[in-house]
Amino acid sequence: MAEEILRMHHICKDYVMGDEVLHVLKNIDLTVNKGEYLAVLGPSGSGKSTLMNIIGCLDEQTSGTYRLHGTRIANKTEAELSHIRGKEIGFIFQSYYLLQRQTAAQNVELPLIYADMPARKRRERVNEVLELVGLTDKRNNYPNQLSGGQQQRVAIARAVATHPSILLADEPTGALDQHTGAQVMQLFHTLNEEGNTIIMITHDAHIAAHAKRIVRILDGVISEGALEDA
Amino acid sequence: MHNLSVIQQSIRMALDNIRHNKMRSFLTMLGIVIGVASVIGLVTIVSSVTGSVMDQFASLGAGTITVTAQGTMNRHGLSDKDLEKIRQLDGVEAVAPTASMQTSAVYGKTVTDSVTVQGRDAVYFQHNDDTIQSGRYFNPAEMTGETNVAIVDADFVENVLAGNGELGTTFLLNGYQYKVIGIKSADDSVASAFMADSSSSGTVIVPYENVLKMTSMKNVSSLEVYYGDDVDSADLEDRLQQLLDTLFDVDEDSRDNAYSILNLQSLMDTMNTIQDMLSTMLGGIASISLLVGGIGIMNMMLVSVSERTKEIGLRKALGAEPARIQLQFLIESITLSLLGGLIGIVLGIVIALVGSKILGTQFRISYGAIGLGAGFSAAVGIIFGWMPAKRASDLNPIDALRAE
Repeated sequence: MAEEILRMHHICKDYVMGDEVLHVLKNIDLTVNKGEYLAVLGPSGSGKSTLMNIIGCLDEQTSGTYRLHGTRIANKTEAELSHIRGKEIGFIFQSYYLLQRQTAAQNVELPLIYADMPARKRRERVNEVLELVGLTDKRNNYPNQLSGGQQQRVAIARAVATHPSILLADEPTGALDQHTGAQVMQLFHTLNEEGNTIIMITHDAHIAAHAKRIVRILDGVISEGALEDA
Repeated sequence: MHNLSVIQQSIRMALDNIRHNKMRSFLTMLGIVIGVASVIGLVTIVSSVTGSVMDQFASLGAGTITVTAQGTMNRHGLSDKDLEKIRQLDGVEAVAPTASMQTSAVYGKTVTDSVTVQGRDAVYFQHNDDTIQSGRYFNPAEMTGETNVAIVDADFVENVLAGNGELGTTFLLNGYQYKVIGIKSADDSVASAFMADSSSSGTVIVPYENVLKMTSMKNVSSLEVYYGDDVDSADLEDRLQQLLDTLFDVDEDSRDNAYSILNLQSLMDTMNTIQDMLSTMLGGIASISLLVGGIGIMNMMLVSVSERTKEIGLRKALGAEPARIQLQFLIESITLSLLGGLIGIVLGIVIALVGSKILGTQFRISYGAIGLGAGFSAAVGIIFGWMPAKRASDLNPIDALRAE
């Protein structure tokens, strides 16, 4: 029996807009085990970003239960959520979000500082993950000295640095051309082979096809399995 | 200490941000620079000026009240009996009368008019042991007035003795032959300037009895009253005034013509009060400038927070707790204002140095003012950085990440 990393049960998320209540997520049930490579596929406005925010502990559900690595995420303080994010989630964003005035190595080091890792261990870990993404020789480069693909690889190194339970990627190839996008997908594949759990949010069925498991989300409802393009 | 890396990183990032926004940071810091520089510069100048004056007063001998008695129609000065009454006042340790006169001196064939002659007694020299620069004091035998010895000042050497300042030089004073046994040390004090007679060609100090002999003077017109360390000089001055009022039979309105009292201690106290007032006033003015500087810092930090909303969101996503975000921005504002304070301290010292050169006072650095400047600028950084830092830490990570 595989280890359960994430379990959602009847997750709902409502937004109140004036007099109206918007039901963005409706009774989401989702379980992800360790080592899975899951794509959440849906068009914009389907609720996939909201789902990502809840998975990533950036937001909390209106109702339902969410367990992440055995911890029930509900009524947590901002500080507790930050701590959980730092420990459990490795974010990978569409537009990389690297700090422009910091070198590749310093960007990768950032979450390790917030995780209170001692300086020497931080250096070791930064070297390890930069090697993993093949950017050891670019460690002292600033983001504007790197190509888009290289920047995304730095961002991936930053995400895996803290050994998170989940790599949570939001349109990771959205800003890349096909060729570099393929390289990033190859890297995801390798990371998954090494045992990392990956959840990838995308609207692109071709990208989703790289994952081993696909769930579709439409109008706040999810369904298992790949369908043809909507 | 795990927070050390965060602090280290925050300081590095703060310096980075200052470097990348040179003009903006410079203008923001200017308020703090001006505030700190003015508080240090002005306070140092004030304390240098008053300090120099105080030193001169102190060198004249604290613990001395000088009485000058012109006398009235009925009473031309103070008699020995009067001196005894003053000596009896509570707190008085000793009284040294000064007999002085103006006369002419002859050296070789040159006659010089208006030489000031001061007769001093043993008590005076006991309390003024830095009177001479070279040579010696009168010995007890000479104090009796039997021998003619003199201590002369630099003006006398130049104007009367034609620059011949050797010990043993002789000259005629009021017809008597006097021998120089000591040279008086230069006295550039404020109090001596008060009492100096610009028409005098020089000063000769001779034993007290010698002046009495030359003038057949019965009354003393000037004296110094010495009192102990633990005596309240203002109180003694009051009692001395009462006594002198009675002796000369004068009151508040007429006493100015009869005598005057110079109490160095009360002058020093007044100077102290003035210095305190000036320092407080200047400090107040400087703190207004610091307040303005603080508002500038708050403004820049608010701009910085809104410019870096996305960065704040990212940091939160990467596990930074709100408190850490707040700490980071607080450190940035403290770095900014401390840097301004540091520049202000250097500038303030330069101002004080130039000021003391211009005013001709001794440059003395006020460590209190420097500490105050550094402390104030740090405090400004914390107080005015708090609100922007809090705002940054309160940002919702989702909105922050989505911000453009």
